[in-house]
Amino acid sequence: MQLILEKRAQASAIMNVASPVLAILLTVILGGIIFAAMGQPPLKALYIYFIDPLTNMWSIEEVLVKAAPLILIGIGLAVTFRANVWNIGAEGQLTAGALLGAMIPIFFAEWQSPLALLAMFALGMIGGAALAAIPALLKIRFGVNEILTSLMLVYIAQLLLDWLVRGPWKDPHGYNFPKSVAFDGWHLVPMFGDGRVHLGLFIALALAVVLFWMMNRTIKGFEIKVIGRAPRAGAFAGFSKTGTVWFCFLLSGALAGLAGIIEVAGPIGQLQPRISPSYGFTAIIVAFLGRLNPIGVIFAGLLLAISYIGGEGVQIELGVSDKTAQVFQGMLLFFILMCDTLIHYRVRFLGAKGAV
Amino acid sequence: MTAYETIILTVITASTPLLLAAIGELVVERAGVLNLGIEGMMAMGAVSGFAMAQVTGSAWLGVLFAMLAGVAISMLFAFLTQSLVTNQVATGLSITLLGLGLSGLIGGGFVGMPGIKLDYVAIPVLSELPLVGKLIFGQDPLVYISILLTVGVAYTLKKTRIGLIIRAVGQNHHSAHALGYPVIKVRYACIAFGGLTSGLAGAYLSLVYTPQWIENMTAGRGWIALALVVFSTWLPARLAAGAYLFGGVWILGLYAQGMGVGIPSQFLSSLPYLATIIALIVISTNRRLSVINTPASLGQGFVPDR
Repeated sequence: MQLILEKRAQASAIMNVASPVLAILLTVILGGIIFAAMGQPPLKALYIYFIDPLTNMWSIEEVLVKAAPLILIGIGLAVTFRANVWNIGAEGQLTAGALLGAMIPIFFAEWQSPLALLAMFALGMIGGAALAAIPALLKIRFGVNEILTSLMLVYIAQLLLDWLVRGPWKDPHGYNFPKSVAFDGWHLVPMFGDGRVHLGLFIALALAVVLFWMMNRTIKGFEIKVIGRAPRAGAFAGFSKTGTVWFCFLLSGALAGLAGIIEVAGPIGQLQPRISPSYGFTAIIVAFLGRLNPIGVIFAGLLLAISYIGGEGVQIELGVSDKTAQVFQGMLLFFILMCDTLIHYRVRFLGAKGAV
Repeated sequence: MTAYETIILTVITASTPLLLAAIGELVVERAGVLNLGIEGMMAMGAVSGFAMAQVTGSAWLGVLFAMLAGVAISMLFAFLTQSLVTNQVATGLSITLLGLGLSGLIGGGFVGMPGIKLDYVAIPVLSELPLVGKLIFGQDPLVYISILLTVGVAYTLKKTRIGLIIRAVGQNHHSAHALGYPVIKVRYACIAFGGLTSGLAGAYLSLVYTPQWIENMTAGRGWIALALVVFSTWLPARLAAGAYLFGGVWILGLYAQGMGVGIPSQFLSSLPYLATIIALIVISTNRRLSVINTPASLGQGFVPDR
């Protein structure tokens, strides 16, 4: 049997919407099979994984808390990937943003005002953008592959954080735990209600709308799409390739940095050696699942956030490793890419005798 | 064993997994395919090899199984990128995420178990030679395999018909297709080879380097291997040199930590990653070198017109 791809005359609008749904379905089915293979009741496990997190207020809030950084980083990556620019070091930019933003509570603990929080956000964005500027500069100046450089900087940023919280930035009264001082007052992101939902979620949603508008209603968005899809056409139109690379890296870096400072000043409340369960990498999946569309990213971010909470759920209730979350996330990206082929191609199977 | 022998031995063991993973990727890229899934394939190789060795008690069966696991995962990549022409960068990333997650899931039950180490082969008489004996004739078998593979790849690419076809497919898949070469089949085969050596590299980590299973034990080596291929400008000999250079940097950091120099350990641990960036800059500044050898179809999907 042979598999033949036939190019569609036009991209299929139906498949554009159906592809992520199909991918989610395939992930759930294969996920059930994996649970069964591990000797777990598949339906029950899937229920705990995907439905349980939505059945009580506490876990819904937790989902929203996890969705905030995923959406923030995901919208930046969605724009970046549209331009065919590959920033995959968001995890490092998140760390850099957290580090720079945390300097205010660590060194200016007495400065208590709303301005201090704004300054932390600004520093977070600067930190993320600064780290992202390195691969951008190296790509533009020397033609160095941005995938590898942005990824190497993740390790370097995480080691820097590790050194700071175990060394110079360690809380002197913290019983020698590798943690910074606990942030307080205006150095914390405001929370809502009695849960943990914080301002960051609303910032993420607002920025998603802004980027959606930018991509669809402004010349900048058009430029990004043209450069990504047809760089030569973009060059003839007078669009700058290097300008787009800079813009995408600085934007996605700043957003990842903002997500980082919001995490440490929000749900965590201080610096510690590990500040993110790989949000920066999961956001890559979020961007693709969201069709590289900032509004789509909101829904994708919520779904991936559920997968984190569901992963914790099956660990607690069934004693299954929480690594299942990572496996589900990887499978999901895999299936999205697979199903996306159907947008541009018809797939036909030729039997041995039907072969031309 | 003298101190100098110990240092060189550790450099070789640190370099071998890099060389193994990179030599496979070199072939893959020469065929015009960019597989960013090395890190995931290595992790799967490491855990599969360790698990098989635990179950059967044989490190060699572990090595074999690790290679099979690497090939199996690489075939997922091949199916998507070759049969369904998906974006190679994104697909490679999904393989890495999947491989790291799956290896953590499988390896959960093996954490902390004492490992089974692959035996050294000591070639009689020769390994007793002064100075070089231990170094050249007393290594673990995978070191020899990695060197044989490098020589084999260099020879195949440069001197044989198969090598010529691989290079043609990587340079211009349309022309190669027009000449009647099965572009997609050649790429499938090369991707499988890449999976095999990545699996082997993983097995090296869990059966030789630190004979244990530790989650995320690949520690970015898959990515460094990718950088090495760029650094080598797609030439096997330069790749081997680069791998040993990077192994040296890796060990330098460890030794400096052991000797208690006044530099924080985190800075020393970041040396290989920093060195990777610097190496990429150095090689990229020499535009001519990198442009001449870059496979022209690298990373582009191919749909045969019919």
